[in-house]
Amino acid sequence: MYASHDYQRVYVWQQPVRWFHWINALCITVLGVTGYLIAHPPALLSGAEASAGYWFGTVRFAHFLAGYVFVANFLFRIYWAFAGNKYANWRNFLPLTRAQFRQVWDVLRVDILQLSNQPVPALGHNAVAYFTYAGTGLLTLFQIGSGFALYAPMSEAWLPQLFVWVTPLFGSEQNLRLFHYAVMWAFAVFTVIHVYLVVYHDYVEGHGVLSSIIGGWKFMEKRHAQADPATGISGFRGRAAPAPAPGAKTPATPAR
Amino acid sequence: MQTEIQPRPAAPREETIYEHLCARGVSRREFLSFCAWMGACIGLEQSGVAQMVQALETRRRIPVVWLHFQECTCCSESFLRSSHPIVADILLDKISLDYTETLLAASGHQAEQCLRDTITKYRGEYLLCIEGSVPLAEDGVYCCIGGRTAKQIVEEVAADAKAIIAWGNCACSGCVQAAKPNPTVATPIHRVLGGKPIVNVQGCPPIAEVMAGVLVHLLTFDRIPQLDAHGRPKAFYSRRVHDTCYRRPNYDAGLFVESFDDENARKGYCLYKVGCRGPSTYNSCGTIRWNGGVSFPIQSGHPCIGCSEANFWDNGPFYQRLPNFPGFGIESTADRLGVAAVGAAAAGAAAHAVLTNIRKRAEIGEQPGENAERAEAKAGQP
Repeated sequence: MYASHDYQRVYVWQQPVRWFHWINALCITVLGVTGYLIAHPPALLSGAEASAGYWFGTVRFAHFLAGYVFVANFLFRIYWAFAGNKYANWRNFLPLTRAQFRQVWDVLRVDILQLSNQPVPALGHNAVAYFTYAGTGLLTLFQIGSGFALYAPMSEAWLPQLFVWVTPLFGSEQNLRLFHYAVMWAFAVFTVIHVYLVVYHDYVEGHGVLSSIIGGWKFMEKRHAQADPATGISGFRGRAAPAPAPGAKTPATPAR
Repeated sequence: MQTEIQPRPAAPREETIYEHLCARGVSRREFLSFCAWMGACIGLEQSGVAQMVQALETRRRIPVVWLHFQECTCCSESFLRSSHPIVADILLDKISLDYTETLLAASGHQAEQCLRDTITKYRGEYLLCIEGSVPLAEDGVYCCIGGRTAKQIVEEVAADAKAIIAWGNCACSGCVQAAKPNPTVATPIHRVLGGKPIVNVQGCPPIAEVMAGVLVHLLTFDRIPQLDAHGRPKAFYSRRVHDTCYRRPNYDAGLFVESFDDENARKGYCLYKVGCRGPSTYNSCGTIRWNGGVSFPIQSGHPCIGCSEANFWDNGPFYQRLPNFPGFGIESTADRLGVAAVGAAAAGAAAHAVLTNIRKRAEIGEQPGENAERAEAKAGQP
């Protein structure tokens, strides 16, 4: 039980990260919906001549266009993993320290098994979330590689041609298409769990996770924020963080 | 591959291909029209056609060894059924077919002698054509000719061949006998003969005009044609059946056959939803077509089964758009697994939400942010 009014407002998600998130969400939605339609076009009965319609061509165009945006957005995020603040840093996504694994165990204990009422303090993501996003990053890479490999025969552009070597690895285009499609379902599963867990954390912990991806700010109990146990390259001390010295100065939050 | 065919020094002067055609009563006009037609098939410029005419006029016939291993001879059958009489003549006359099991008059030891004679007499000059895959299981006992395994034969004959052509899906990727579980370890030629340039003329069978085109290209330019990543001649395998399909406008308009007996099938809509492999199959069916340009599978209302692609038997079922998902039993499609996974995730989330409300009731209810005044009052208590 905490005393009230001891929250600190911390600027966690910089504007580029938020733009990345929402453009990515839009791309995945468009790619998923159009991808599903390409795999399972609805049965339309039409008396019109084929020359009068082009809706399936348009769906495919939307898929390819969203694919290009998806790639550009992903490349930007990789850049931002080096240029952004510590919560966006690339080191978070790789298992580099034992503290990260300790936090994984803490998160499983507190949030999945629910053996404790004490939330795992994490200002960025917690370690489980960072590793999950590393996984979705790999899925993204696979979708980009397989998608452009499948697109290459229809295009002379250099970007798809970079991926022509992917198809032989899978034996045939047909096989590659199957895996490209299956990963779409993996993104669907991810989305369900992702949205649920954001709501869960927002509901249970009150750190403002849900709104942070719009405004960028999170709210953290001062004792955690000042100890800076929250993730980020300096973090991962988790619950084992030493108690902050009384009257310790609040770390300055970056200007918006 | 780049070396010119040298006239054989010791042998008496043999007639050229053109002379041979003339002797068989082919007119100059027929000969030229054949060259123009073949040139169009291969995709030559006009000057290339003149080159072809000159080559056929001056070149001697090429000795050919045509081996048959694990196959059904549909490649030979396809070739013989070409619409153009000169195409069949290429096989039987223009190239001198010195050894092929199915057409050879000799048999037994005499036939094998024929093969030995050809490869010693025309060392480095003969063209090796191979129909069928090579079984490697059990030391290759599943395909033996004259007491020797297919592997021994192909390695010996290929050693001094001028060029190697693999006819059909068997020789290029193993076809049905290499489908899972591939009990004889049927192996395509390019994996048996590592490091040698091989022209993979894909298809089950390949189109007769494509086979003729490849041979004429070799005769004309004396080098193997430009190949794609799978060793297939680009002239015939650079475009997808889908891209040359006359039903393509129906695809773009989203007009699909739902089942083979519906109204859409009668209207000739796109066969994409009943499993057409046109979008992932590289072949000339849509342009050259079959039986002298009469038709091709899609024109007859049947989806393409992708017979010019590797492992097309394992990418089934033929009448389903996407293959079944490997490793989850034969009835598992990606969709069933996907829906099950999303359902499981949603059910897990719902169960977790219920559990959260029970186990963390206290925490949720007493978050200072949720009820600040109450929490403050509590915090103020001693």
